[in-house]
This record gives sequence, C-alpha cells and structure tokens, in this order.
Amino acid sequence: MANLESVFLGIKSPNPFWLASAPPTDKKINVLRAYEAGWGGVVWKTLGTQVKNVSSRYSSLNYNGTKTIGFNNIELISDRPLELNLREIKEVLRLFPDRAMIVSLMADNDRKSWHEMVKKAEDTGAHGLELNFGCPHGMVERGMGAAVGQDPEIAKMVVEWVMEVATIPVITKLTPNVHSAVPGALAAIEGGTNGLSLINTIQSVTGIDLDTLVPNPNVGGKSVFGGYCGPAVKPIALKMLTTLSQDEKIRNVPISGIGGISTWKDAAEFMLLGASNVQVCTAAMISGFKIITDLCDGLNNWMDDKGYKNINDFIGLSVPKIIKWEELDINFHIVAKIDPAKCINCGLCYIACEDTSHQAIAIKQGHPYNTYTIKEEECVGCNLCKIVCPVNDCITMEEQRKGDEYLNWIEYEKRGLPLNDH
Amino acid sequence: MSIQSNRLTEKDFIANFSDIHPPYEQDEGALIEASRCINCYDAPCTKSCPTSIDVPLFIKQITTGNVKGSAKTILTSNIMGAGCSKVCPVEKLCEGACVFNLMEEEPINIAKLQRYSTEKAISNNWKLFDRKKNTGKKVAVVGAGPAGLSCAHALSREGIDVTIFEKEEKSGGLMTYGVAAYKVTPEFCKDEVDYILSIGGIDVQYKKELGKNISLEELDKNYDAVFLAIGVGIARSLNIPGEELDGVIDAISFIYDLRTNDYSKISVGDHVAVIGMGMTAIDAATQSKRLGAKEVTMIYRRTENEKPCTQVELDLAKLDGCTFIWLASPKEIIGENGKVKKLVCNKIMLGEPDASGRRAPVDTGETFTIDVDMVIKAAGQIPFEKIVNTSSLQNKAGKIMIDKNNATNLKGVFAGGDAVNGGKEVVDAVQAGKMGAKGILEYLGL
Repeated sequence: MANLESVFLGIKSPNPFWLASAPPTDKKINVLRAYEAGWGGVVWKTLGTQVKNVSSRYSSLNYNGTKTIGFNNIELISDRPLELNLREIKEVLRLFPDRAMIVSLMADNDRKSWHEMVKKAEDTGAHGLELNFGCPHGMVERGMGAAVGQDPEIAKMVVEWVMEVATIPVITKLTPNVHSAVPGALAAIEGGTNGLSLINTIQSVTGIDLDTLVPNPNVGGKSVFGGYCGPAVKPIALKMLTTLSQDEKIRNVPISGIGGISTWKDAAEFMLLGASNVQVCTAAMISGFKIITDLCDGLNNWMDDKGYKNINDFIGLSVPKIIKWEELDINFHIVAKIDPAKCINCGLCYIACEDTSHQAIAIKQGHPYNTYTIKEEECVGCNLCKIVCPVNDCITMEEQRKGDEYLNWIEYEKRGLPLNDH
Repeated sequence: MSIQSNRLTEKDFIANFSDIHPPYEQDEGALIEASRCINCYDAPCTKSCPTSIDVPLFIKQITTGNVKGSAKTILTSNIMGAGCSKVCPVEKLCEGACVFNLMEEEPINIAKLQRYSTEKAISNNWKLFDRKKNTGKKVAVVGAGPAGLSCAHALSREGIDVTIFEKEEKSGGLMTYGVAAYKVTPEFCKDEVDYILSIGGIDVQYKKELGKNISLEELDKNYDAVFLAIGVGIARSLNIPGEELDGVIDAISFIYDLRTNDYSKISVGDHVAVIGMGMTAIDAATQSKRLGAKEVTMIYRRTENEKPCTQVELDLAKLDGCTFIWLASPKEIIGENGKVKKLVCNKIMLGEPDASGRRAPVDTGETFTIDVDMVIKAAGQIPFEKIVNTSSLQNKAGKIMIDKNNATNLKGVFAGGDAVNGGKEVVDAVQAGKMGAKGILEYLGL
C-alpha cells in the first residue's frame, strides 16, 4: 500500500485531494460530509464582503450523448454572512483536526480590508489561506478576482498586503484568463506568496437555447460570461501548470493543481506535471463526495503498480518530457499497424485518414465488411487512426526510425536536408 | 378436441396481440442508444439493407436532435421505413451486420431507433417530401402493397399522377393482411399508408382486381406506363390425402382472417399442427397459441440448422410454448366425420445438398402419427400464375420476368416485388418499387 499522505506548505492531509473553493465548500454541513467521505482537505468557499447571487447559476456542455463534459457557473463568492462562515470553519476544524482547512479570501481592494480579512480567517485556526485572484465574473467588475490576477502589478501589491500580516501559509490562486500564467505567478512570488494554485475558471459561453436565443445560463432572459470548468478544461490547465513547473523562478514554489480533475488518472497527470496536490470541484458537484473513494483507491493502485511509495516519488516526473518543438527528434518515425484479428471493419480509420490528409489507408471492398490496411509508405505516424479506432490496441503505432541518430529541426535545417516534394 | 373461437377474454387478446417490440418511452432512451453508434464509414448496416438506408446518418441525426432529418434520411431510402422497423428480420440484415457483433457486443438497436424517428414523422404528420411540378404523365400501379406504394410514392414525387388498383379494401398488402398482429397493428398499417399517400397525386381504387374487373390491355391503353406489384398469394398445397378436410387451412388465409376480424371471432383448434418453418409459419403458430390453442406443434422437414426463419422468430415461437418436430414431413391427414383427427408424418433424414445449398430431405420410410384437430399449411406461397398467363408476360412458373430496367417484355409494363422474386421481405418489395419507378421515369424520358 502506497502512502497517499500529502504535506503542502507544511499543511498535512491524509491524501492529496482537496475540494476547491466552490459551492461544495461553502458551509459546515457540506464540509463535514466531505470529510466523512474521506476528502483530504477543503478550500472554504471565498470569503469577502457578503454578496447576493442570482438564479439560475450553472450551465453545461454536453457532447454526443455524454452530459457535462464542460460546465460553467456565474456564482460569486460566498453569499452567506462572514461571521457565520468563520464560526462554522472553527467548528469543522475542531471536529476534523486531521484534515486540511484552507480559507479562500477576496477582500475589497484596499490594504486595510485585506489585513482585516486575513486576521479574521486566521482566528478560526485554519491551516492556510488562498487568495482568489481568479474569479472571472461578477467580482471582476468590482475590481476584484481576475481583475487582480490579470494585472501582475496589482497582484503583487495585494500579496504584499497579505504577507504583511499573515502567519500561516498563503497560496495565490491564478486566473487562466491571460495569455500566460507566468507573469502573474512571478508577481505573486515577488509579493511573497508561499504557494500557487491554478487554474481558476475560464470565461465562457457554453451554448445558446435555440428556442429562446438566450445563452446559458439564462437569468431572466439574459446571460453573462460564466467560469468554465469540468473535464474539457483539463488540457488547458495542464499546459498552464507546465509553464509554471518549467520556469526557473517558479518551479520551487509548491503548486496546487486545479482544472477538470475527475479521476485518479487526471490527478496523477497534474502531479506528474508538477502539482504537489490537487483540488477538485466539478466532479464532486456532478457526482457527489463519494468520488473520493476511487480517486484515492485508483491512485494508490497505480502507485503500487509503478512502485511509488509516496506521492513525492512521482511529482514532476513528466515536466522534463515537455520540451520545445525544435528539440524534437525528426528521425523518430512511427507507422500505424492494424491488427486484422481485432479489426471490426468500421472504416473510421480509413475515412479519418482519407479526409484529414494522408490517404495512407487502403480499402478493399467487401460485403458487408470492407478490409482496411495501412499503406506504410504514405503513413506519417500522426496517430489519428489509432485515436478514432473504437477497439483497444487494434491499431498500434510501430517505431520505424528514419535514422539512428537524434536529429532535431535546428540541425536538420543547418544541414540543408530535404523537405517533402509532394 | 374441437376448433373454437373466443377461447380467451378480451383482456387476454389485447395482451397477447400487443406490440412485442415496444418503442422508446422517452427521448433519452433513443439518445443513449443512438450515442452508442460509432457511425461507421461505408457502413455494413447500410450495405446490408436492401433499400440502403444511411443508418449512420439517421442515427447521428437523432443524437444531434435533428429527428426530422433523421426520419427523412430513412424515408428517402425506404418510404415504409416505419413498418420495416417492425417487421424486418434485422438480425440477418442491418443489425446482423453491425460491427459491434464482431466485438461480441450487443449490436445497435437500429430497428428501434428507426421506429423512433419514423413514428414521430407519422404521428406529427411531418411533410418531408414535395411533389415536383406536374409532368402530365399518368402511371397505373397494380397492387397497393409495399412494392406498389413505394413505386407510387417515388413517381408522385417526380410529378406523375398515379392510380393504384388494389383488390382488397385496404392498402398495405402483406403488411396489412399477412403479418402477425403483434408486429404491426391494423391501426399502425392504416397510419403508415395514410402518411405515404399524404404526398398527394396518388389515387387508390379499391376492390379492383387484375383479370377480374381490370385488364392489363385497358391499363396499357389509358396510362403512360404500368407497374405490376401483384405479389404472391396462393398457399402451396401439401398434395397429401386429407387436405380437403374441415380444419385444414392455409396460413395466408388464417392470418388474413386474423387481420380483418376481431380476435374473438377467429377459430383455432386445441391442438394445432403448423407445416413449415418460414416467417409465415411462425406468425401462424405463435398467433394460434395467442388465440388460445392448447398445443401448437411446428413440423419441418429439415433440422433447426436449415430453418428458413430467423433465430429471433424461432425463439418467439419457443417462448410462446410451441413445440417442434424436426425432420418430419406430412404424409396424410386422417379425418373423422369430415374433420381433422390425426396427422401422419414421414420421418426424414438429410441427404446431399440440393439446389438451395441445403441438405435435401430424404424420406426414411418410417412414419409417426400425432393427434391434431387443425392443420395450418405454411409451406410457402406460389405466384398468381393464372393471372400472369392470361397476358403475354414472360414468366417463370408465374414469376414475372424483368430486365435490368425493371421492365417486362411488354412495352411500358414494369414489375417488381413478390410477383417477380416469388416472395421476399417487405424491405425487398420497397426497393423493387423504387427501382420500378426509376425504370418508368427513364422510360418516360423524365
């Protein structure tokens, strides 16, 4: 049995799974149930000057019969009284002293407000603070949330205000609504933050009701951009995480990974790309707190299979595997191979290859089943056929190097080697 | 033992003859099933459909919420797509070819999805087809069965006025008169026919029978072209002693009676023997049981391996409690006071493969006898040879011969469906009607 225990900025939790700051963490009753289900920690939904939320609040993106591949929301920070939140945090901490309790904060944009908010949050006995510089809707118009995160100067200033009074670890949560997360991260580090988390939600329109012509979610016939999350955002989050993990000035700062994590595999991927722990929200909102069972169990079994005893054994291992394009080996070449014993003759590989570009699959007409084979000399090794094939391991990509030596584009160009003539 | 009607209660009849393949009750069911489809390229299901319905497209259209488009995709290829979704032996056509079978997975429920889209089209009376400008041409179609309706619809779309001459009181042919009621209800048949005819330009004249109150010469003279879709209808006789006894009936008449009367009025015996193992034999056997027969025994001269019906059909008869005697052939029906009493059968063994490729039945010389009070003959149907022979139509034992353009040897006279092929599936007849229309359009220079 691998040890799933996590220590993030000195904050211990029995597993690396925290619930992100969001509706599931906005009150005692929820958080107690999450802890009972086995969650390692929670980031309590953002506290600040009390707000009022609207109805409706959420919308989703469905695809080909699968519901909620993406999700968005237009909720603001906590709409409950600040004092009530603080009291409940204290109570929860007393009942579950072994779990991580982080409080998310978004104060009004002045030094005094931030100082007061930090002190109030610390008085609960919480283990850490997370600064919400990422909320992409509602708070932005008030000069908060992503409005802070999008401007490194302001972000740095606010972090400095917080660090003037904070005595517990501070995590700065970054917005993805920027061309690069790096400047914001650097600014937060300069301001003194202890850790980072990303991504917050992405500004989005999930769709439009084609009867009413009102985009989703519909609030009395109108809509606003909502914060996008769920499985669809994972690839974007992983990319942003990697840019931080690769940066020399950022890489030693612990990062809490967030963005579409639904399964233990997603969690492993975030950690492989440098996240010290992960935060989950949408998956728990859609399927309930019980998903923690398989998140832990699946990660544990994978770690056992791979021989990782602690989560630190694999954190960051995939970071060096993402390099610059011009460093890739041009002599590496793979070609597709179709296993006729597994092929079900659906033709999906054929038409994908045919219509995409390469015409590298031959078709032999049959009734009712056609036979498909790879034209090796035409195959560029793009993976598309393997991607569309409905049968596991029916199409494999086999290595057929173009040359023994490692040869990258820079060298290729320097030597004046030939380009395609067709 | 006796033959009686009204063996069951009204409630039992309703239950026994209700739809055996209920539709999706909610859209979600169809959406989930449609989403399983991987939308094959050059799809085996489409290639296995005699009318070449673009199955991946119509299923994809269900997933995108374009049910109207889905129905049009189906009906463009097969105007009786709704009925075919209920009566097609899909296990040997589209669903049998589904690539999921090759993964040992359940094939996509194509028939049920097809029913979903087409029934929505019928119940909402979606106007999916327009008629082109009137060409001034007139075509006569003989027979309002699947082939005739399909041909008429295709011609009407092209701006031709069509008159169908039908010997019965209703359209639909075997769909209306020759299929088990639990597969297609009389109400459904009427709705489907009404929907097909709603395109306009098709006038159906009932109780008009070729060779009786209409003649081919007359049609030839009054119309620009003629399409013969007269089907097959005469039950093959057993040619054994006792066939004239009271209690011997052919399956076609039996099912016809069932489809045109209240179930309570149809008589069945206590112990019914059904001769044959085709689809019609199964329909007769299962419906005898559902009318209240105590025992139904199906008798077939080959083994289960050579059965002409599909496994799904055979299972249906098994689930209905029918029993089976394989390798047996009727030799004599013994009567008492003019009524069926016993059936004597030859025991059969299989010999060398015959012309059909199946091993031929060979008489062993041994016999056995079973007590029965009713015998239903379902040993196949033969064409209307007499009608065909009164004209100079080229034919082969009554099956009308056509060329690659679906034309007969008589100028302007085309033919298709069971009258040509000797009796196949509804879907084959629909395709034949389409092809007949194509031949006629070319002939008329349209």
